[in-house]
Amino acid sequence: MTEILSSAEEIAARIPDGALLALPPEYAPCSMETIRALVRRGAKELRLLGVPQFGIQAELLIGSGCVAEVETAAVTLGEQGLAPRFTDAIKQQKIRMRDTTCPAIHAALQASEKGLPFMPLRGLIGTDILARRDDWRLGENPFGEDDPIVYLPAIRPDVALFHAPKADRNGNVWIGLRRELMMMAHASANACVTVEEIVDGDLLDDPQLAAGTIPGLYVSAIAPAERGAWPLGVPHLYERDNAHLARYAEMAKSQQGFDAYVDQWVNGRAAAE
Amino acid sequence: MSGIRTEEIMIATIARMLSGLSHVAVGAASPVPGSAALLARRLSGGALRVSLLGRVSNPTFTDGARELFDCAAQGRIDAFFLSGVQIDGQANINLVSIGDPDKPKARFPGSFGSAYLYFLVPRVILFRQDHSPRALVPKVDYVSAPGVSEPNVYRPGGPYALVTGRCVFDFDKDAGRFRLGSVHSGHTVEEIEKETGFDFEMPDGAVVPETEMPSREWIDLIRGPVGEEIRETYPDFASRMFGKA
Repeated sequence: MTEILSSAEEIAARIPDGALLALPPEYAPCSMETIRALVRRGAKELRLLGVPQFGIQAELLIGSGCVAEVETAAVTLGEQGLAPRFTDAIKQQKIRMRDTTCPAIHAALQASEKGLPFMPLRGLIGTDILARRDDWRLGENPFGEDDPIVYLPAIRPDVALFHAPKADRNGNVWIGLRRELMMMAHASANACVTVEEIVDGDLLDDPQLAAGTIPGLYVSAIAPAERGAWPLGVPHLYERDNAHLARYAEMAKSQQGFDAYVDQWVNGRAAAE
Repeated sequence: MSGIRTEEIMIATIARMLSGLSHVAVGAASPVPGSAALLARRLSGGALRVSLLGRVSNPTFTDGARELFDCAAQGRIDAFFLSGVQIDGQANINLVSIGDPDKPKARFPGSFGSAYLYFLVPRVILFRQDHSPRALVPKVDYVSAPGVSEPNVYRPGGPYALVTGRCVFDFDKDAGRFRLGSVHSGHTVEEIEKETGFDFEMPDGAVVPETEMPSREWIDLIRGPVGEEIRETYPDFASRMFGKA
């Protein structure tokens, strides 16, 4: 049964130190309220998986010393520029980095969805991404002739963490078009989700909603968090707060500025305004 | 019609390369190619399908971010766009770091989908407005995606051209190197040679053509409906180029 929790703080408590934590891209709803709760808790040694890339989520956790390792196709603040705490952590060798490419993350999660040990993937041959990944294998297409192909081990995250517009009390979570969240939930041992609202009834009873709904079967815990994606957006509900993200990018150029940001916007307030 | 911006020349140039195609996709951090694709769609009377990553309205895909890649692998995407913090003469691109990747002098976001789409999309157009020896180098420090592959590597796709703020290079697949295609108005071949860190072929014939300038009609489209359409995904770019909404 899905646990119905009361706050993002309680969701964060379900994410142990050292967990392999899968996080969505900024254009799918991100559970920023839980990210802030992880920072407040002082989470340690998290291993982050960007599905397939992320920005402010990774920034807040890396800058706060919560992260041991990152696997992702990119870390970026989009139009607000480079991710300064990530960049600094790489240059200072504070975190282990596993560079990859977007479809490799998707393929490795799809292997996990299917309960398979690996997935083959085109491309990659001749890249430094492949050259620097000792966990990947360059093999052969067993049905072809002289057709090299890369094999990726399945990735099974301990926790997938994201935000969604709504859920019901049976733990069904409506995600609409953002089906990478469905894949993340299928592929992970646990899915922990904050939602704008918990609604009455059962989302799976409505065929129009059911197709865009993650069944509670895959969902470990949900909690309400109104405007819980802020300063990122939720498609069709509220927009990304570009002015705030630009302010973050400016402040986080130095660790001192980042710490001031965290004091003001993570520790100094409980919820988004 | 004064004050045509470099970005507008690049947008028009890329749009011409998309003529007659059925489906182009646009990835992250690509406002200039995104505008070019939206211009090309208007010029095609809506026949060209444009999939713009990050766009909320008019979605093309319904199966999450992976659908773009699956679609490309099936040959359903005709053109895509990539850039690089470094691009070299063999069209290798670097989106990761400068110097030793373990102790880089500079670190950038990462390779995104390049290590896959460069192999699979038939017409990959490289773009980079900053045309300098720092960006266009003899050899990249990190290969996010290679320009050419061994003959036994499955590779229906690859580089088609490189559009910069100064010129257009066409990629010669057989030679595995760039050939200067045209030089934008106000720039010279001597300047291109000086500002390019890699060797390239010169075009056949004595005179290097000038890049075709966008017509009045195209400029009106770029600054009008295309600018408004790209604003949803790239508000900062649109404000910088076309003014506030």
